[in-house]
Amino acid sequence: MSKKELGLALLLIVIGGITAALNPLFLSGVNLLNMANLIGLFGVFSIGQGLIIITGGIDLSVGSMFALLGVIFIDLLVNYELAWPLALLVVLAMGLVMGLLHGLLVTRLKLQPFVVTLCGLLIYRGIARYYTNDGTMGFGYAGNLDTLTWLAAGRSFGVPHPFIILMVVAVAMWVLLHRSVFGRYLYAVGRNEEAARHSGINTNAVIAGAYLIGGGLAGLSTVLLVFYTSSVSPSSFGNFYELYAIAAAVLGGCSLRGGEGSILGIVLGTVLLQILQNLVNILGIPSSLNFAVMGSVILLGVIADQQLGRRKQAKVLNRSQAVAVPAE
Amino acid sequence: MTTLLELDGISKTYPGVRALDGVSLTLDAGEVLGLIGENGAGKSTLMKVLGGVVPPSGGEIRLNGRSYDRLTVTEAQAAGIAFVHQELNLFDNLDVAGNILFGREPLKGGPLRLVDRKAAAEQVAPLLRRLGADFTPWTSVAELSIAQRQLVEIAKALATEARIIILDEPTSSLTLSETARLLTVLGELRASGTALIYISHRLGEIIDCADRVVCLRDGRLAGALAREDISHANMIRLMIGRDLRALYTPPARPPGEGGLAVSGLITSAFPQQQVDLRIRPGEIVGLAGLVGSGRTSLARALFGIDPPMGGKITLDGAALHVRAARDAVAAGLYLVPEDRKKDGLVLDMPIAENITLADLPHYANAGLVDRGAERRAAEGQGKSLRIKAPGVEVIAGTLSGGNQQKVVLGKWLSMAPRIILFDEPTRGIDVGAKGEIYTLMRALADKGVGILMISSDMEEVIGVSDRIVVMHEGRISGTLQRDAFSEKAVLRLAIGQDGEAAET
Repeated sequence: MSKKELGLALLLIVIGGITAALNPLFLSGVNLLNMANLIGLFGVFSIGQGLIIITGGIDLSVGSMFALLGVIFIDLLVNYELAWPLALLVVLAMGLVMGLLHGLLVTRLKLQPFVVTLCGLLIYRGIARYYTNDGTMGFGYAGNLDTLTWLAAGRSFGVPHPFIILMVVAVAMWVLLHRSVFGRYLYAVGRNEEAARHSGINTNAVIAGAYLIGGGLAGLSTVLLVFYTSSVSPSSFGNFYELYAIAAAVLGGCSLRGGEGSILGIVLGTVLLQILQNLVNILGIPSSLNFAVMGSVILLGVIADQQLGRRKQAKVLNRSQAVAVPAE
Repeated sequence: MTTLLELDGISKTYPGVRALDGVSLTLDAGEVLGLIGENGAGKSTLMKVLGGVVPPSGGEIRLNGRSYDRLTVTEAQAAGIAFVHQELNLFDNLDVAGNILFGREPLKGGPLRLVDRKAAAEQVAPLLRRLGADFTPWTSVAELSIAQRQLVEIAKALATEARIIILDEPTSSLTLSETARLLTVLGELRASGTALIYISHRLGEIIDCADRVVCLRDGRLAGALAREDISHANMIRLMIGRDLRALYTPPARPPGEGGLAVSGLITSAFPQQQVDLRIRPGEIVGLAGLVGSGRTSLARALFGIDPPMGGKITLDGAALHVRAARDAVAAGLYLVPEDRKKDGLVLDMPIAENITLADLPHYANAGLVDRGAERRAAEGQGKSLRIKAPGVEVIAGTLSGGNQQKVVLGKWLSMAPRIILFDEPTRGIDVGAKGEIYTLMRALADKGVGILMISSDMEEVIGVSDRIVVMHEGRISGTLQRDAFSEKAVLRLAIGQDGEAAET
């Protein structure tokens, strides 16, 4: 555990402790399991967002991807009566394709990630609303979904499946990011793309790969979210979820400049965000203040991190200045 | 004639380097002072002292009758010193008047502080007329040619009522006719009493415009020439002539067959020139030339960073198509880049991860990095290159320049090098580490690696190379064999004078 993650875990415990002291219901089984479910739902796509942020990019389109993939998913199951494993595959594949498209636009056409995914945010939401005539889509009387419903929204040993899925995804992504060749390249490209290129790394492929994974995880999240709400209203489904993901990644130690962040940090960031949401409910704070509380905590966290980072920077600078030599 | 500026015994020391050593000179109103010297002779440092960017470690500056230990940027500007840099410092997105009056725009509208564009144009127009400019104050700088931008820079200097204008390689990107016009403009400025310091490697221009020439060598004043003594031969004599220490270690055996053969290579920086080059296994080829002569562009093209636009490359007889750096790396053609902090290293990563970065799949099983193998390889390189660090998990950015360079080297030496291109391998490195890097290069060559060493350090080029290739404005202007090595010969080729024809 790095210092950053340790600090975040400490913050979690402090905030959790205070909330529990003010309202013991916070630690009730029902409340904890409910939180675990939400952490699972939000954690999966936050990890995808984190990988993209580590390359120095950003993905603003995930919320709209949920709306578009969500209506397509329900449409395939209900109106086209496609077998659920196929519908699942289609949605995952579409998520991957959309991610790859973002990656190619960023690396091949050298467009800015912010712009590419902002356009994605607008386009996907627009198509989703047009596709359903702005109407809400639900499962209605579609049969044979029991297995899928159980997989996506059921529980094993009392633990909500989204949480278990998040753990599986987190472990897989931890191995990928922290132990694999690809993960090392991801950090190298995020920290110094030029040096990575000078080492013969195909930096475009690495960056596009991060968007591809992010798209795939967004596809997976779509299915989980659809079964959580059991209907999709295309104008509001997934609204602002990209911001939750960015917030979790930033809280978890990802720098928007790229090259920094860890899977554990992103997961802890997601947990903190959900605790904050829960705290607003459970302490009877007006829920309209929800965003304000979240924003304040993130701001404070980032300021604290910045101050610590500056001190570390100053130390490194002092050491390297001792050997600086002028350039003629 | 009134003396505007007097430098008395200006020195500047950086840790381990004496950039300026007791330089004294004077500048009179209405004269053009030519300032010459090789790369690294101290010209830029001296100009930075004048501009207030760098404080001198010793000496005195007398300006307008006042004397200073050091100038600040504001003082330099207030005293009427203005610069026209080699790289132009203009805002592309503003118009000509906006650039010339930047920070001093005429205002209107009282508290609204709006820019009075009409008044700005009225201020700028006479300056442009005086310089014979063929554009208006409203022309966007983005639309101007480099020569026109240069005029904007000079107008900027005039607008501040500069009495001393320093031009640093002003003609490096100009055509012959543009150069001629610039020189005419300078002549008019001189006639109106402005003093000019003209820094250039193009000795012909110095002959055309300078009233007096001052030459720096190794941070010291090497000599001065009065108007009637300014000639190519005299200037070259001043620029060279330091003692070169004997660094040379001859190769263990004559160079082998094969190696890198380049013919008709076209780089994106000099699309109108073609380059032929040969690097044989076991030899160190020095690539000399002035800054901006296309040496780095050549290396970047060969390594695939800016892939070549044409030409043929063969490595040991087999055709090599370089479309990206990974093609070169796969073939065993490596580059140790000039800017190791930007291109050579991921500074925030540990030494070990930097060393294995280019060959990571080699240390991996099923896509997962074997961190033990990685660590062993890095420690092996650390030991053989004598990288001074507590361990290979240390962040590369915390190392000294010499040790950082060794990490870059370790990255390539842990693989299978056939050709290594070194771009300024010892820049910013202390003397001891320099020697180690020379020894390493020779050892590599003796193992059959072909080495190209780009260097602006004459001592290094002459002392380390087996053969010297010189570039001038994007083309190879000549090749020297060891018995023909001399500073004079290299310099001649570097400034584009072939043979004895220049002896006038």
